[in-house]
Amino acid sequence: MTAENRVIPALQVEDLTVAYRDKPVLWDVDVSVPPGVLMAVVGPNGAGKTTLIKACLGLVRPAAGRVLIHGRPVEAQRRNIAYVPQRGSVDWDFPTTVLDVVTMGRYGALGWFRRPGAAERERARQCLEMVGMLGYERRQISQLSGGQQQRVFLARALVQDADLFFMDEPFQGVDATTERAIVALLQDLRASGRTVICVHHDLQTVPEYFDWVSLVNVRLVASGPVNEVFTPNHLRTTYGGRLPFLSQRADPKERAR
Amino acid sequence: MNPGLEIQMVAVIVAAACALPGIFLVLRRMALLSDAISHSVLLGIVLGYMVTRDLASPWLVAAATAAGVATAALTELLRRTRLVHNDAAIGLVFPALFSVAVILISRSVGNVHLDTDAVLMGEMAFAPFNRLSIAGFDAGPVAVWVMGGILLINAAVMALLYKELKITSFDPALAAALGLSPTLVQGVLMTLVSVTAVGAFDAVGSILVVAFMIVPAATALLLAERLRAMIAWSLGIAVASAVAGYHVAVALDANIAGAIAMTLGAVFAVALVLSPRHGVVSVAVRRWRQRRLFMLQMLTIHLLHHETGDEAGRECAEQTLDQHLGWSPEQVRVAVRRALRDGLVRREGPLLVLTDAGRARAGEVLEGLTV
Repeated sequence: MTAENRVIPALQVEDLTVAYRDKPVLWDVDVSVPPGVLMAVVGPNGAGKTTLIKACLGLVRPAAGRVLIHGRPVEAQRRNIAYVPQRGSVDWDFPTTVLDVVTMGRYGALGWFRRPGAAERERARQCLEMVGMLGYERRQISQLSGGQQQRVFLARALVQDADLFFMDEPFQGVDATTERAIVALLQDLRASGRTVICVHHDLQTVPEYFDWVSLVNVRLVASGPVNEVFTPNHLRTTYGGRLPFLSQRADPKERAR
Repeated sequence: MNPGLEIQMVAVIVAAACALPGIFLVLRRMALLSDAISHSVLLGIVLGYMVTRDLASPWLVAAATAAGVATAALTELLRRTRLVHNDAAIGLVFPALFSVAVILISRSVGNVHLDTDAVLMGEMAFAPFNRLSIAGFDAGPVAVWVMGGILLINAAVMALLYKELKITSFDPALAAALGLSPTLVQGVLMTLVSVTAVGAFDAVGSILVVAFMIVPAATALLLAERLRAMIAWSLGIAVASAVAGYHVAVALDANIAGAIAMTLGAVFAVALVLSPRHGVVSVAVRRWRQRRLFMLQMLTIHLLHHETGDEAGRECAEQTLDQHLGWSPEQVRVAVRRALRDGLVRREGPLLVLTDAGRARAGEVLEGLTV
């Protein structure tokens, strides 16, 4: 315990509250993620999982609390963070090619005005190879299947050469082959010391794929190693939590107990 | 230079200057903002005039640009309240600003040449009369210089911010995560659109400004698979339509801006029908081919399922296939003819029987379903 505490966490979320107008989506969340883990963020729909990721990336402004990446604010760490948004968040009819989309991962390192060149495209090709999509570089992105789109997004994150990855449902709507390929890739990333944080929906696969987990339902239910915190009790609090909460309100006898 | 050539020159330059920012408006699904901005810049011009009392003052251009950017900003603010959708927000903002401008014109500056007809349709035929002279030397129509300058600015800014415009259009969340502010890029784009609208509507009227911004880009999107190709198509379509439209206007003795806008519409219609990937014709052909292939597959699978068993005699008889598959006799005839020709089936008396190739084909299709 003490030895672990001394390591600077890859991600430290302190008292994070995010509200859309006056409706809290995340309520005083504290999470600390050590480097080199593969973490799932699970919770029911509307639990604030995507909002948690977006707040970590500085894409939504918190009402309270702060986020530290390797001990520093996110603005100072942009080069070290990669982001895989939900696949459905972009227009796949956009007139651009696979190689172009992957190269976009280098835009942050290039900064304003500088154009990507041969070096960036070569790196993009390497990352396409890592996700098994070499040979698709010149394909227009509307011609890709769902699984291929997800692989392209993953390659775009790899190309950022980050050490902390945020992924919003990377397994959404992909076939079994692609899911296995993505898991293998994520585990490779962890093996090389990188930290990966995924919004994940399939509870069955959490213990198999991940070694760390955060259970979120507006508030943080639990966060830690899968074998310690991924318990039926915590899951009931996360997913069933709403029903008892409602019935407590509706039924004073229940509250009295 | 003769007036006809000069008018065409103005038209071509305006076309290119408008088409450039229009590409990103269309890609960002904000095409209607061009309509809004090209109207609301009038408010800036009127307010600028009321302060300076000089129609030639450069402050008018600055005020008009500010009004255009304000339109985009107000629309965005309204949208963020989540009380109205984007299209409704545009529709709420610009008629309000435009109507204020119209009322101000009629109430307080009615004696000046600021008439609303010219705002809508422009009068390109007059472009050669408004000339720039430097030290007594005739330098050509003012519109050529003004719009030429704006074209250069648009091209330069877009070349400089090409990658930023691309990523903020495709994936604004990633752009923000990478530290390339989508809001900032959006602001630059809106400024370009406003400056272009101000300069162009004086020369060609706001309807043609909107047409030049939206139609070439929308047409190019049907034809191009890459952004660079889309830009090339947009510029080509805009410039070609400008020249062709001028000649249509001369032939019909009609309003030049109207004729060019109509030509643009016609070019779009042609692309809509004939575009190799998205065109009505190619989509219909593709659907028809897929349907034919699908019917062939259905036939082989049906025969495979009923190859053995007591019902084979009934299910596989060529005469009754139409009832079993729910097809018209004509559809059955076409499918069977193709299946025979491709060697997937053969006739055995009244029955259709799968060949080895046909059995393999049906097996492939079924296998494909289970993955």
